[in-house]
Amino acid sequence: MEREKVITTDRLTKRFGDFTAVDAISFEVEKGEIFGFLGANGAGKTTAIRMLCGLSIPTDGKATVAGFDVYRQTEQIKRSIGYMSQKFSLYEDLTVRENIRFYAGIYGKSNRFIKDKTERLLLQLHLQEEANKLVKSLPLGWKQKLAFSVAIFHEPEIVFLDEPTGGVDPVTRREFWNMIYEAAEAGITIFVTTHYMDEAEYCNRVSIMVDGRIDALDTPRNLKQQFEASTMDEVFLKLARKATRAGE
Amino acid sequence: MKQFLSFVKKEFYHIFRDHRTMFILLGMPVVQIIIFGFALTNEVKNSRIAVLDMAKDEASASLINELEASRYFEIEKYLLSYQEVEAEFKTGRIHMAVILPQNFSSDLLHLNTAQVQLIADASDPNMANTLTNYASAIIMDYLERITDGRKLPYTIKTEYRMLYNPQMKGAYNFVPGVMAMVLMLVCTMMTAITIVREKETGTMEVLLVSPVQPLKIVVAKAVPYMLLSMVNIATILLLSVFVLDVPINGSLLLLVLESILFTLTSLAFGLFISSVTNSQQTAMFISLTGMFLPTIMLSGFMFPIENMPGILQYISNVVPAKWYYIIVRSVMIKGTGLATVWKETLILFGMLLFLLFMSIKTFKIRLA
Repeated sequence: MEREKVITTDRLTKRFGDFTAVDAISFEVEKGEIFGFLGANGAGKTTAIRMLCGLSIPTDGKATVAGFDVYRQTEQIKRSIGYMSQKFSLYEDLTVRENIRFYAGIYGKSNRFIKDKTERLLLQLHLQEEANKLVKSLPLGWKQKLAFSVAIFHEPEIVFLDEPTGGVDPVTRREFWNMIYEAAEAGITIFVTTHYMDEAEYCNRVSIMVDGRIDALDTPRNLKQQFEASTMDEVFLKLARKATRAGE
Repeated sequence: MKQFLSFVKKEFYHIFRDHRTMFILLGMPVVQIIIFGFALTNEVKNSRIAVLDMAKDEASASLINELEASRYFEIEKYLLSYQEVEAEFKTGRIHMAVILPQNFSSDLLHLNTAQVQLIADASDPNMANTLTNYASAIIMDYLERITDGRKLPYTIKTEYRMLYNPQMKGAYNFVPGVMAMVLMLVCTMMTAITIVREKETGTMEVLLVSPVQPLKIVVAKAVPYMLLSMVNIATILLLSVFVLDVPINGSLLLLVLESILFTLTSLAFGLFISSVTNSQQTAMFISLTGMFLPTIMLSGFMFPIENMPGILQYISNVVPAKWYYIIVRSVMIKGTGLATVWKETLILFGMLLFLLFMSIKTFKIRLA
């Protein structure tokens, strides 16, 4: 039986003047899947994500996110997704607890919900003692894990992670990926971009964008077979070398 | 509404956590009022002068007495010869020298005219001007008194009244100016910086992906600065009434409403700056050069606009502070009502709408 599709795109395109940033990409993401969205800088990843998050209206093609249309239902899309960017997205001058409260508050969650879930979360992250400390006093790895927890705090259907592990040490990255797996098991779909090819191996399926198009899309194992490579790194390099566009 | 409140609360955390900025924001009006009120004054008090009295008679002595008795002058030194005058100026101890000629009394009695020479240190032209004016006025007073009863032929007596500010206090001029400056600084610069900071740190991206409407984000950012400005207005008004003795002659309500209008205009300008810049430095630079300097230079508070070259007079018309300054001076000092400042009020209102429109438009373009 086929699983539920939470993201579908059909020849989704974005042009800026003469420049086609995203060129007719079509793919589907299933519920609870960890979907790796790879590509060199300038390949069009960010533009594609912006369209899927309802921040940018496509030029052409169709797409739905969590069942909502990216042209007309951006408001509903925003309610159903979480987002964590490559830049660190918590407020450094607010405490851990205040950050959680604020983000949960802007998603309109009830005080009761926020209170209960905050305690559980602090316990999970072993942050009970740091709950009332300013975020800037935490080590980067903790901040990153906290940022991820905050991004899925309002229980979205899909979470978009834009290079979430940039600048983090390997141990923390491993822990971070454990959190991603947990979230996926809880039914949250993960849409992740990364430059670390070992992370690409952790994904259920991976798509690789080159010059605005999706040139490859399959499980890491099948991609390696298809491109006769032993690692995802080789797969990526074989594809990215074909790119004609300069990086950002 | 709940979203909005969590937002406003968060903005207040930002402000309260940053002690230094908060101290500057709330302390600035106090410091400025004190600096302008006590240090940067055009008034002359106890200015040191030297006297060269070559007459040494009754008339000269009583004129010198008059000068000394006034609170404007203090006689630093009695000179003995003309040569000493310049030497005394060079030491920098005196600002003006008064020279009475040898036959002062007899000239006055027999010729009905006598000469007094005032030499002022015009390396500070304003000061020199003020001093000689004050001294002339004292001498005229003296002359009037001694000639009382014996009318001089052909004299024109000028009589003047200083309307609205009989004591010629500088505070009447700068209190409205300081209000414009402080509001501009708090609202324009701080709003611009706080929004651009979120762009810099990347939190703006997360906010835009959230279901909060962009307009709400922006309004929530402005609210705390609006409240802070109200506190600042209250501080300035209290200080000026109770410390500087500047009265509020017009309606306090009108004054507050006009201040809110100006605050909103400044906020809108801050929003506009934030929507066209991406770094805090740029935002600060634009606010300072684009708003703060024109506010000081072209609002009419430091330099009279009427004396500026034509082109600067035109430019001054687009400076919101100019109109606010006129309004505050009219309402607070002259005690006039809306009937006299409706034009300025409308201009400010127009500027507010224009800036809001522009910033919302640029904001939308960036989102697309």
